[in-house]
Amino acid sequence: MSEHSSHPAYLGHHYDTPEQQFDSGSLGMWLFLATEVLLFAGLFCAYAIYRSHHPEIFLYAHQFLDKNLGALNTGILIFSSFTMAMAVRQAQLGKNNQVMWLLFITLLCGFGFLGVKKMEYEAKWKHGLLWGKNFHPAEHGAAHGTEGLPEAGIATHESAAPTTAGTATHDAGATPAGGPAPTMPGAIPGAPPAAGDPLAVKSNIAPPAAAPSGLAPNAFSEQPHADSHAVPKQRPSNVHIFFGIYFLMTGLHGVHVIAGMSAIAWVLWRTKRGDFSPAYSTPVHLVGLYWHLVDLVWIYLFPLLYLVG
Amino acid sequence: MSSGHHGGQEHAAPGHAVSKKVLVTVWLSLMVLTVFTVKVATIDLGSANLWVAMFVASIKASLVVLFFMHLFWDRRINMIIFLTSVFLLALFLGLALTDTGQYQDQLIPGYAPAMEQVAPTK
Repeated sequence: MSEHSSHPAYLGHHYDTPEQQFDSGSLGMWLFLATEVLLFAGLFCAYAIYRSHHPEIFLYAHQFLDKNLGALNTGILIFSSFTMAMAVRQAQLGKNNQVMWLLFITLLCGFGFLGVKKMEYEAKWKHGLLWGKNFHPAEHGAAHGTEGLPEAGIATHESAAPTTAGTATHDAGATPAGGPAPTMPGAIPGAPPAAGDPLAVKSNIAPPAAAPSGLAPNAFSEQPHADSHAVPKQRPSNVHIFFGIYFLMTGLHGVHVIAGMSAIAWVLWRTKRGDFSPAYSTPVHLVGLYWHLVDLVWIYLFPLLYLVG
Repeated sequence: MSSGHHGGQEHAAPGHAVSKKVLVTVWLSLMVLTVFTVKVATIDLGSANLWVAMFVASIKASLVVLFFMHLFWDRRINMIIFLTSVFLLALFLGLALTDTGQYQDQLIPGYAPAMEQVAPTK
C-alpha cells in the first residue's frame, strides 16, 4: 500500500490515528504490567504468610543481608528510573541524541544493579547461606574478601574468637521445633584449626561457648524486648526458608531487570537507527513503563528483605 | 485527547512531554524518602516498623506510577487497570493471611513461636 500523508510509515494500517495507536500500546502495556504485579504478588504472599508465622526467622536471617548494598541498589534503580523518564521526555521532543545518552545511562545503572546483586549472591554462596537443603552456613567459610560481609556486627576476621574448622551446621529440612539449639554433628566446640594446616578454613561463626548462636557476642545491637522483636539469640530452625524466599524474589526480580535491559538496548538501537521522532516515540514510552515497574517491585523488596525489624 | 483528523493533515504527537522540573523533583523526593526509610528502620517501633516501611514504600511507588509512568496525565482506563491489580494483590494477601490465622488450635507446640498458642479444640 502506498504511503499517503494521512498514514505515515509508523502508523499501523489498522489504526485510524497515531493517538489511537499510542493509546492501544499504552493499554496493552498496562495490562501486561498488571499481570506482572500479580506474578510478584504470589511471592509477596509467600513472604507475608511465612513472616507472619515465623518473624523470628526473618529477624535472625536478615542480618546476613547488607543494608548498605540494598540501599545502594535502591538508589541505582531510582536514578535509572529518572534517566528513563527523561529519555521518554526527550524522545517526545525529538532530541534523539540525548535519548541515546539517557538510555545508555539507564543501561549502565542496570549493569550496576546486577553487579551489586552478584556480589551479594557470591557472599551468600561463600557462606553457605542458600536455599532449602543447600543451607550450610560456615561450611564454606573460607577467608572472604572485603565485599558482601554480613553486616550488623556479625564477626569479622579481626573480632572473631578462634573458630572451629568446618563446624557443620546441617539443617537438612525441618527440625523439631522449639527445643535447644540444633546440635552440630562431628564438631568439637572451641577447637581451633590446626596451626599451619593449609586446608583449615576460618569460619566467622564463633563457637557456642563465645555466643550461643555461633555469632560473635556483639552481634546483636538491639536491646531484647519482652515481645518477639528481639533478634533471636539462638538460630531458629528453618532459617533456610528465608533464603529460599530471598533468592526467589530477588532472582525473579533480577530476571526482570535483564529483560528490561534487553528492551532498553533494543530501543536504544532503534533510536540510533532514526526510527523515532516527536510524532512517534511510543516504543520508548512503553519500554519505560516496563522499566519503572522493575523499579516499583524493588521499592517494595528493599524494606521487606533488608530492613526487617 | 480527541480523536485525530482524517485527510492530509498533520497529526498531533500523542502523549506529552513531562517537564524536567517535575521529573527532577520526583527523583529527589524518592531519594529523600529512601534515606528516610533506612533511617526509620534503625529506630525500634515494634510492629509498626513494617507498616511505616510499607507506607513510605507506597508513597514512593505512587510517585513513580503517577509521574515517571505518566499516569497522572494518561487515560483513566490505565489507572483503573493498575489500581485493579493492586486491589487484587491486596485481596490475595489479605484473604490468605486471614485464612492462615484460623488454625491456631492445630499448631505444633513451639513450632511457630510468634503465633498465639490456643488449646486444641475437638
